[in-house]
Amino acid sequence: MTAPAAPGGKLPHFVSDAPFDPYSVERMTPEQERYFLASQWKMMWWKLKRHRLAVISGAILLAMYASILVTEVLAPYNLHSRFTDFIYAPPQRVHLFHDGSFVGPFVYGFHYSLNMDNLQRIYTPRDGKTVPPGAAAAPAAEIQKLRFFCFGDRYQYFGLVPGSFHLVCPAENGTLFLMGTDRLGRDMLSRVVYGTRVSLTVGLIGVSISFLLGITIGGFAGYYGGWVDIIVQRVIEVLRSLPELPLWLALSAALPVNWSPLLVYFGITIILGLLDWTGLARAVRSKLLSLREEDFCTAAQLMGASPGRIIGRHLLPSFMSHLIASATLRIPSMILGETALSFLGLGLRPPITSWGVLLNEAQNINVVVLYPWLMLPVLPVVIMVLAFNFFGDGLRDAADPYK
Amino acid sequence: MLGYLVHRLLIMIPTLLAISALTFIIIQLPPGDYLETYIAELESQGENVDPEKIEFLRQQYGLDQPMIVQYLYWLGGLLQGDMGYSFEYSLPVSQIVGDRLLLTFVVTLATVLFTYIVAFPIGVYSATHQYSWSDYGLTFLGFLGLATPNFLLALVLLYLTNRYFGISIGGLMEPEYVDQPWSMGKLMSVIQHLIVPTIVIGTAGTAGMIRRLRANLLDELQKQYVVTGRAKGLPPVKLLLKYPLRMALNPFISDIGDLLPELVSGSVIVSVVMSLPTTGPMLLSALRSQDMYLAGSFLMFLALLTVVGMFISDLALAALDPRIRLHGGATK
Repeated sequence: MTAPAAPGGKLPHFVSDAPFDPYSVERMTPEQERYFLASQWKMMWWKLKRHRLAVISGAILLAMYASILVTEVLAPYNLHSRFTDFIYAPPQRVHLFHDGSFVGPFVYGFHYSLNMDNLQRIYTPRDGKTVPPGAAAAPAAEIQKLRFFCFGDRYQYFGLVPGSFHLVCPAENGTLFLMGTDRLGRDMLSRVVYGTRVSLTVGLIGVSISFLLGITIGGFAGYYGGWVDIIVQRVIEVLRSLPELPLWLALSAALPVNWSPLLVYFGITIILGLLDWTGLARAVRSKLLSLREEDFCTAAQLMGASPGRIIGRHLLPSFMSHLIASATLRIPSMILGETALSFLGLGLRPPITSWGVLLNEAQNINVVVLYPWLMLPVLPVVIMVLAFNFFGDGLRDAADPYK
Repeated sequence: MLGYLVHRLLIMIPTLLAISALTFIIIQLPPGDYLETYIAELESQGENVDPEKIEFLRQQYGLDQPMIVQYLYWLGGLLQGDMGYSFEYSLPVSQIVGDRLLLTFVVTLATVLFTYIVAFPIGVYSATHQYSWSDYGLTFLGFLGLATPNFLLALVLLYLTNRYFGISIGGLMEPEYVDQPWSMGKLMSVIQHLIVPTIVIGTAGTAGMIRRLRANLLDELQKQYVVTGRAKGLPPVKLLLKYPLRMALNPFISDIGDLLPELVSGSVIVSVVMSLPTTGPMLLSALRSQDMYLAGSFLMFLALLTVVGMFISDLALAALDPRIRLHGGATK
């Protein structure tokens, strides 16, 4: 700084030699630029990442859905393999140590005896210590080391390619029932893994159907208004006042008995989706009622765009993310619905295996008392429903532009 | 208020008509009718079926008429309180279902009360203790109730109550009270047996209720008048109870419309598992054997239960919430 000029004197003249940049005020740091230029989906992703629980749930969902692709490899046994020597066998525990020395992952073989009072099959692990009831001494220990990345039970990959490669197999002539076996001696874990394929896609297909229906019906109701809207509103009201499950029951009872299991599967998904679109249609309708008054909508109309194009190209994308988030929250109720229907025997039927079909075998109180592991298929159901709920919640928060 | 009441009642009529038509279509959907099932059953037992008798039965029940005529007959009967004739039981439907409808109603009512009683304190607590560990824990518990399939929870609870409280498994009362005249002991037994179904059916709705109450209360708690009240030194409990809670209570009344179908659905499957003499098990068997009038009456009754429930909740909301103005035109 030069000394201030004397009062009344000439002010010193200053010219900056930096080149003139008219945009210097508007320039942003790279970080700001990245933020301001981010697309809507990118913003959603950033917000979602901060939601710890939603990210974890999302990862679980992704893993579960990915497992569908490699079901045959993940399951230790084929879906239909039966072990008549091991009916109602309890879950085998995986051990690492035997008698204090490290062996690697292994299971103990089973010792089988029959309780002659109630004819209950009793399996005790041959770990050299457990004395089976009625026996004098513990049988010799039998260690069955697990094999990894191995060849075992044969299967048809997606029903097409034959194969026998598994992630984990039992020892030669050994068994590996991590979730026990059912009344036909089938490995529960394998059945649950196979059931994932059906149970998870039921929700996905069902939601896609209800998504399509909801967007189309709600879209037209909201865009046209007037009597279309009134009719749609009434229909929604009627459908919403009907209790879901009895209606599902009635509709699935109407599926012809002689349909193939695959057709029944599609029938059930359609039934689940057919009654579920009302909530989504309402959301779309109320949003469109306000959006259709916007200028960009009028502009599109003046340029001669068809209603379908205006709804699909111009109106829906502005709140698509939100719609997807709400649809995610509908999937768990479909998974539960399928489970309930199959449990009651009106849903999917064997040989199609879903979690509901598996739970169908856990129908009476004997199971709870004698074979509690038959209830284990409920675990994936609970996990999936929780994961979908948390993930959907996070997604909805992330899709909310005002937060 | 009276105008609103009449208007609301009039709206119910087309809704119920549409529901009845839908119900009828659904129970007609399965190919064939009960008589075909009946013939097949007789033939499988080696009995001869007289075609004339079948024809007579078909005419008797109007099964040879076109669908729309059958529907009108059925609807006309319903309006006069005649619910049709059950083929399977060879009895008028109203004779079979009377007690069951009442019990369904009782169970549903008990479940609604249970849901309120549980959801209310939990919702208030998690809203006032937002993001605390207890909030997370309770929310998680609620979600767990939502995620566990009802029927399995019912099975496990049945076993546990039998094991630890000695309550007999399934049914509505202890075996020794069946066919006994009503007495204090029988009533107690019935109540004991209703506890588990109430809890099980209630868990599904409770989670949603907790979340809505929590969200509403949180919205209210952030408003200016709460800050003003706090600044002026209102005791915290009074500050919570006097206004925000009252505002947040609305979902308890208005959500009954969403809650009821959920509870009715839940009660159907749970009562199948627990062999409760409510509508569930009989509806299931009626659907299986194409006993169409029986199934239709049940579906109609369940829908009626929800529609009337929604009607009552709308009325209660209008009566209790002074912000809802039914007449007097626009305020802006």
